[in-house]
Amino acid sequence: MTTSPQAHTGKPSLWARHKIFETNSILLILGILIVVSIGGLVEIAPLFYLRSTIEKVEGMRPYTPLELAGRAIYVREGCYNCHSQMIRPLRDEIERYGHFSLAAESMYDKPFQWGSKRTGPDLARVGGKYSDAWQLQHLNAPRSLVPQSIMPGYPFLATTELDVNRIAQEMRVNRMSGVPYSDEMIANAVTDLRAQVDPDHPQADAFQKRYPKAASRDFDGNPQRITEADAMIAYLQMLGTLVDFKQYDNKANLR
Amino acid sequence: MAAAQHFSMRGNETIGAGLCAAFGVLFLIIAGLTDHSGYAFHMVVMALACGLGFYAIVNWAARGETRHEPLEINGRPNYNDGPVRFATIAAMFWGIAGFTVGLVIALQLAFPALNFDLPWTNFGRLRPLHTSAVIFAFGGNVLLGTSFYVVQRTCHARLAGVLSPWFVVLGYNLFIVVAGTGYLLGITQGKEYAEPEWYADLFLTVVWVVYLLVFLATIWRRKEPHIYVANWFYLGFIVTIAVLHLGNNATIPVSLTSPKSYILWSGIQDAMFQWWYGHNAVGFFLTAGFLAIMYYFIPKRAERPVYSYRLSIIHFWALIFLYIWAGPHHLHYTALPDWAQTLGMTFSIMLWMPSWGGMINGLMTLSGAWDKLRTDPVLRMMVVSVAFYGMSTFEGPLMSIKAVNSLSHYTDWTIGHVHSGALGWVGYVSFGAIYCLVPWLWKRERLYSNRLVEWHFWISTIGIVFYISAMWVSGIMQGLMWRAYTSLGFLEYSFVETVAAMHPYYVIRAFGGGLFLLGALLMAYNLWMTVRAVAPRAEAAPTNLQHVPAE
Repeated sequence: MTTSPQAHTGKPSLWARHKIFETNSILLILGILIVVSIGGLVEIAPLFYLRSTIEKVEGMRPYTPLELAGRAIYVREGCYNCHSQMIRPLRDEIERYGHFSLAAESMYDKPFQWGSKRTGPDLARVGGKYSDAWQLQHLNAPRSLVPQSIMPGYPFLATTELDVNRIAQEMRVNRMSGVPYSDEMIANAVTDLRAQVDPDHPQADAFQKRYPKAASRDFDGNPQRITEADAMIAYLQMLGTLVDFKQYDNKANLR
Repeated sequence: MAAAQHFSMRGNETIGAGLCAAFGVLFLIIAGLTDHSGYAFHMVVMALACGLGFYAIVNWAARGETRHEPLEINGRPNYNDGPVRFATIAAMFWGIAGFTVGLVIALQLAFPALNFDLPWTNFGRLRPLHTSAVIFAFGGNVLLGTSFYVVQRTCHARLAGVLSPWFVVLGYNLFIVVAGTGYLLGITQGKEYAEPEWYADLFLTVVWVVYLLVFLATIWRRKEPHIYVANWFYLGFIVTIAVLHLGNNATIPVSLTSPKSYILWSGIQDAMFQWWYGHNAVGFFLTAGFLAIMYYFIPKRAERPVYSYRLSIIHFWALIFLYIWAGPHHLHYTALPDWAQTLGMTFSIMLWMPSWGGMINGLMTLSGAWDKLRTDPVLRMMVVSVAFYGMSTFEGPLMSIKAVNSLSHYTDWTIGHVHSGALGWVGYVSFGAIYCLVPWLWKRERLYSNRLVEWHFWISTIGIVFYISAMWVSGIMQGLMWRAYTSLGFLEYSFVETVAAMHPYYVIRAFGGGLFLLGALLMAYNLWMTVRAVAPRAEAAPTNLQHVPAE
């Protein structure tokens, strides 16, 4: 600890000027606030208007009510702790998982589920990779299909009735922050949810019109009930399937 | 401060009791209306807390004038250490709970049958419980306790407020209980290290604002013109965590009767917000806050002044400026634009310098007192913590380089890196501070047993070495296996083969974590016996509180 630096010259040295922060708590706090704001502003603010981060890509649509409910279960069970949903543009990842992930593919994800750890494989394009029956069996007892797997079993999903009470309200809240659910989609939320697990549902066609190319079938193999497994598998089976990469123009949004 | 004294007046007690009563009723009404059992449980818990708060305030007020503690006794500050004692005990409790859950999930990765296939015990729900318990419950209580202790000693003033310091420590721990039980019940936002849902977040915001006010008002009472360097770091931590918390938890609740909420941001914007938050939870919660601990407890224990005043100025401002930029290194090679990734990488590498500035300032404080490392295991623990800080703040910039990150990202290398910082730096500096605090707070002449501290030190150091070595090997190995090709140009390993290869390292990691937990149990026993069995310190001798101002 040195003594007062201005002792000799009379003119305060640069170090002595720091006294203003050391003797005034409000200035110190203001200084801290300014200094910590810069980096965040520079890195975050542009993401709301740059073309590559708000690009629109053919095929992207909001989640169906059933998929949204499935996604909520994915979040609830903490799947993101072990599974990423972000394929990096590296040779081995593209060969293992498919086309690298686009920003647009998670544009309706609240919260994003890119993850930070791959204790299990990436799931960004798991949709359609396995059958519904495989997914159900794998959720119930992972090691019955993959003996070396260390994934927990989730047998309770297939036995738990899906809670559909608030699904319309959840869609409304999503819309408040930018997900383009129409009034019609929200009004028909529960009907659409039921129609997606039952291809013979009277509203099946209307559902297909609202959510083009959405898969509609009984996902958990139990037509009597709509379970959490129905929602979870519907969500898993649509992951990464919305953008058709045969049609995708990768030059259109070069970053 | 005149304003601060009003805290102890009747009017504030009335307001406090009134708020408790009003919110208690509100929570009970919500509990009755909701059909979500976990949420109803939380509302009942919070209503109960309001009831207890109401009872405590009324009971307190009934003590009449005797309840007012003097600010000074015989010209010496009359320190308020009750909330510090509570936070210290809570830190030890949550530490052991958090380490235990960590051991459980480490064993689950080695032996998946331990998930029991139940909702409440699966890895996905327990892992956030572990991270929140160690970071926010253990680390948070250490920060609350030490900050309330340090700010009083370095300002020579009694803690501002009467009810408010207690509201801060009790409210914070109530937040922890609500957050932690929420994860087990499936109530989560699904954002790493920011899992608590909207109502817990709102409550934490209130607690945090009161925390800032108590801390500031105490600084305003100071006798010294200068604010001591440890308090800069505490202020940096408190203020910035508030900003981060608000930015990353900007959610819209589904309804008052639902625990669920949706965040304003989505996809890539949410990702950037999350890692702006996530990395600075490391930078400000686990670094700035604990550097404040270093700046008080190491000089105090070594009885030497801080090595360099100028270095502390430079590294303080440089650290808080650079840290904020580093978030994008969690998003290398993702859909985040390249320029943002490059900024994140560049600033992460620059961050190495102020980090080591802090390390040098801490280590060199021992100049002329290095011999104490031989005789004082508590000081040794804190010095080794600073060494671990230096190690992990070298490893961090290394891993933020994109080429390195392409290998290390998504693997256990990250887990090992985090734990060399968390166990080595945050854990050890906290243990050192608690070993100092308990005899000071309970006025004991010494710790019960220095030999037990030695055992704690060596057992947990060996544990850390096992832990991080296992994670280095497993992380780098898995990263290499993922990208391995056969001579014919096919991927060599299926994913599950790389999982199977991790098994021995997961067992070794769990063993290392078990040793670390064992060390903490020895510590708890040692502290318990210090309070129970060690003779009280002779009161007359004024303690050597010659604190060193930041000049």
